[in-house]
Amino acid sequence: MWLWFHRLGSPPSFYPFAGRLAAILAVPGLVLLLHGLYGGLWLAPADYQQGEGYRIIFVHVPAAWLSLFGYSAMAVAAVIALIWRMKVAEVFITEAAVLGAGFTAVALVTGMLWGKPMWGTYWVWDARLTSELILLFLYLGILALNSALEDERQAARACSLLALVGAVNVPIVHYSVEWWNTLHQGPTVTKFDAPAIDWRMLFPLLEIALASTLLSAAIVLLRMRNALLWRDRHSRWVQHMLRES
Amino acid sequence: MQEFFSMGGYAAYVWPSYALFLLVLFGNLGTALYQSRQIRRAIQQQGRENPL
Repeated sequence: MWLWFHRLGSPPSFYPFAGRLAAILAVPGLVLLLHGLYGGLWLAPADYQQGEGYRIIFVHVPAAWLSLFGYSAMAVAAVIALIWRMKVAEVFITEAAVLGAGFTAVALVTGMLWGKPMWGTYWVWDARLTSELILLFLYLGILALNSALEDERQAARACSLLALVGAVNVPIVHYSVEWWNTLHQGPTVTKFDAPAIDWRMLFPLLEIALASTLLSAAIVLLRMRNALLWRDRHSRWVQHMLRES
Repeated sequence: MQEFFSMGGYAAYVWPSYALFLLVLFGNLGTALYQSRQIRRAIQQQGRENPL
């Protein structure tokens, strides 16, 4: 186990492994995404209150889930990067932040597009919306910090610290709808004893959430490969690999 | 079919949401694959200019 962990921590063995893993994750991800979109747009019935407008949920919830899951994964990587100075973990933080910022923006914009017809407004400063906006700023802050510092290792250390400190916002986003009175609705899916949603709606929702998680993992792995290749471009393993091909 | 695209009058909210979600997902996938080619090419170019 530890040997395996150490080996994958080194870029020369991580690089081919990440490429294979990305392909293995992306294929079922694509199939599941198509099936989920079909289920969400076609098979699921209209909502009795919101009509067809509720179908935004099938992209809004997966985007919001990825925004929180991505940040949590970055916080774990930050601990590993700070303690063991693992290059692969350092690269993960900045590469995942790109995708995380994208999905946080998607969650916010799709939420606004949902809010306008249902609440009558694009935006309110309610706890869920505000904490999700702070999440976007944290992602952007990590990316800005990374590009502001010249030295790669120093930048990675600073980003790890920010990722770790910012993790306090993740439970705030998640529990905001329970801790405060928000215009945003309470949890729908996570009440697993009895989800407050018809299974014909729940199933495609979970499918798209899983599919976009698999595809995002594949994208982050590909981005990590690119970043490691460029970082190590003068090293022996990169020169070796690219000259053979 | 017409009915499907009109989304019960919510078309202006539903379709942009799906478009944005898919754009971010596949835009990122495309960028990652494209950058991989660019980086490999750049490194190989450098290798040809400065042989070991």
